[in-house]
Amino acid sequence: MDGTVTDVGVQPVTLARRQFDSLVIGAGGGGLRAALQLATADANVAVVSKVFPTRSHTVAAQGGINAALANVLPDNWHWHMYDTIKGSDYLGDQDAIEYMCRSASHLVYELEHAGVPFSRLDDGKIYQRPFGGQSQNFGGEQAARTCAAADRTGHAMLHTLYQQNIHAKTHFFDEYFAIDLIKDDEGFVLGALVLEIETGKPLLIEAKTTLIATGGAGQLFRTNTNARINTGDGMGMALRAGIPLQDMEFFQFHPTGVAGRGMLLTEGARGEGGYLINKDGERFMERYAPHAKDLASRDVVSRAISTEVREGRGCGPDGEYVLLKLDHLGRDVLQKRLPGISDTIRTFLHIDPAEEPVPVFPTAHYTMGGIPTNRHGQVVVPIDQGEEVIPGLYAAGECACVSVHGANRLGGNSLLDIVVFGRAAGNDIIEYLSNNRYHRRLDEASVDKAVDHLQRWDLQGEGESVANLRNELQLTMEKYCGVFRTEVVLAEGIEKVLELQQRMADVRLQDHSRIFNTARIEAMELENLFDIAVATVVSAHARQESRGAHSRIDYPERDDVHWLKHSLYYKRDRRLDYKPVTLKPISVESFPPKERVY
Amino acid sequence: MRFRIYRYQPEVDNKPRMQEYVLEEIQPGMMLRDALLKLREQDETLVFRHSCGEGVCGSDAMNINGQNGLACLTPLSNLKEPVEVRPLPGIPVVRDLVVDMSQFFYHYRAVKPYLKVHDPEPEVEFLQSPQQREKLDGLYECILCGCCTTACPSFWWNPDKFRGPAALLQAYRFLADSRDQATTERLEDLEGPYRMFRCHTIMNCVNVCPKGLNPTAAINNIKKLMVKDMI
Repeated sequence: MDGTVTDVGVQPVTLARRQFDSLVIGAGGGGLRAALQLATADANVAVVSKVFPTRSHTVAAQGGINAALANVLPDNWHWHMYDTIKGSDYLGDQDAIEYMCRSASHLVYELEHAGVPFSRLDDGKIYQRPFGGQSQNFGGEQAARTCAAADRTGHAMLHTLYQQNIHAKTHFFDEYFAIDLIKDDEGFVLGALVLEIETGKPLLIEAKTTLIATGGAGQLFRTNTNARINTGDGMGMALRAGIPLQDMEFFQFHPTGVAGRGMLLTEGARGEGGYLINKDGERFMERYAPHAKDLASRDVVSRAISTEVREGRGCGPDGEYVLLKLDHLGRDVLQKRLPGISDTIRTFLHIDPAEEPVPVFPTAHYTMGGIPTNRHGQVVVPIDQGEEVIPGLYAAGECACVSVHGANRLGGNSLLDIVVFGRAAGNDIIEYLSNNRYHRRLDEASVDKAVDHLQRWDLQGEGESVANLRNELQLTMEKYCGVFRTEVVLAEGIEKVLELQQRMADVRLQDHSRIFNTARIEAMELENLFDIAVATVVSAHARQESRGAHSRIDYPERDDVHWLKHSLYYKRDRRLDYKPVTLKPISVESFPPKERVY
Repeated sequence: MRFRIYRYQPEVDNKPRMQEYVLEEIQPGMMLRDALLKLREQDETLVFRHSCGEGVCGSDAMNINGQNGLACLTPLSNLKEPVEVRPLPGIPVVRDLVVDMSQFFYHYRAVKPYLKVHDPEPEVEFLQSPQQREKLDGLYECILCGCCTTACPSFWWNPDKFRGPAALLQAYRFLADSRDQATTERLEDLEGPYRMFRCHTIMNCVNVCPKGLNPTAAINNIKKLMVKDMI
């Protein structure tokens, strides 16, 4: 790299340091649920978040959280488990899925006790609505398993969890950006280097345990439902620390994003009785999923919409979208059950959903892959024939891959995932802390490396811009790694992404101030996105089958003989490794893979 | 389209200044946030907070042609040129359009915005009728953007003592919750000449709330509860 480095006062000698028992990076639902567990157990916990906690992307979750409460229709956790495994196209780990579905009711009651303003049924119980991929009795009639606070469930949960953390006096570092993990020679993770955005000063947070809860990477794609902050920072940090990312080829496209814009319109819209039509007014999902129709799994519905549009049955002047029909639901249901998306439709499309159908198209939504963990939230990597735990490191939520979502996540399972595994990680951390009472010696070489990473952005001069490269990356990912994929297109995609990544070396910032310099933050976010983009296309190129959200035109069938396994991508040499899917649950019989029809 | 944007970089500027910008390409349906992002591509030193782009995270509150609002929900087509964009009024500016919200969150925390229940918890959910739950509509949706509180003259005069409309809306959100058992305590906490009674029903808060909420009504309801509690 050429150019000059100016003194930014981040010499290790002057680096400010703080010590905590436990560090949580990210203040969405996963981070806050874990922090709550830790704070109420009297652990000294620091939560670092690059935005004020209630700005985290959990706030945007709409439809609800799954739990077999059976408030509306008969239900039990075992059916939920079956649906989740089938939804995952059998790539989900059945021990983790059993754990999640068994815990669900308890965790939802706990949230309700904490104050979440769930919508209610006439008998006073929590309101539940049908969602995609849900069934009674292992594939029978539609279930109603999604507990909802109108269509603002994520908002309601995130605010409640933040409020409970205020009550528990959790220590928050609001608007601090995490740069890199600190790791010693023996592989222990000892905290992280973070940057206080307001002052531009780095801070070293030493901690006996570090939980990554930084969410997904929807900003990989141009049209997405995600907030601007969803740049997968924790996944980037993990990759740089030598930890692989698991199952990155599985990226969920939500069937109903606002066409051309990307804003999410909840699956709850179809759960409440909305349905999709093509330009002939045909309810086309009946052809693709005769039984579940519009409430088939998201991968199925997204492919169906893309197929309708590709085959010339799209709506609009250019035939680029299909329509989501809601007007027959009536103003009252829209106002009571779907007020948030009704607002969004009015604001961004200038149409009234009670009068007109809404243009929708599949939109990048959710990162099924992530940092490999077990069901205790511990980060695990393969060693010899088994796995080993990275001591002191945890991950939970969308940035993690437990894996409960496998190749395709069911709607309503992400809000569940974050509270279940946020809490599980919190509990395991408490145990770890009781066995590891003292801070280990800090590894200064690792600190220096993180500081160098930050200082790279002080290079001055003319060069490429972050905004330009980010736009190109997003377009490239959309074009070469979208809903339908082939060998040729993916191979080209790898080349394009790597070419773009190389140009990162030529990026120079024009803003070298310290106080609230968001250009520097965006540059480091883009670094993370690039590492994750490469992981995604490389993993997608290698997987020669179609499973869940990963649809290969050249390999249209699922191939359990060769591909019933998790991918692991390492940054070093862009190496791929694989590990078996856990087909054995904790206490019940395994659900062996079978044909997946809805 | 022409913009005049408040700039203040404490490392460079002695005092704030207004900077003119021009954006040539305006697409239909563009929001102010989209325009600011385009301007940032011209000038990356122009700083503002933003994230979700659909009015749910509450990051990009600012003063737009004299009125507080969210940039992501403000269509350019409704704005008079030059569009004058300033930080939220009445609280310290960190840089450009970024304000220091500590005072705002101090008052939020001060109303103890969490459910307080003294009875033992059931093994299932607390029962709450749809009618009881409906009382929380218009309250729980607050996104803590700060538009209301920073538009309130009473807050400008007594930012350290007056809780402000956002925090008072939260106070009522818990008072109105059939599950909460701390009514008396919450009401006592709001007594005195400042914390709530500085509200002079100017109703700026109602006019600017991007979520269409009504803090003034919430404050009135708290007053009614106080009277009821006294009797």
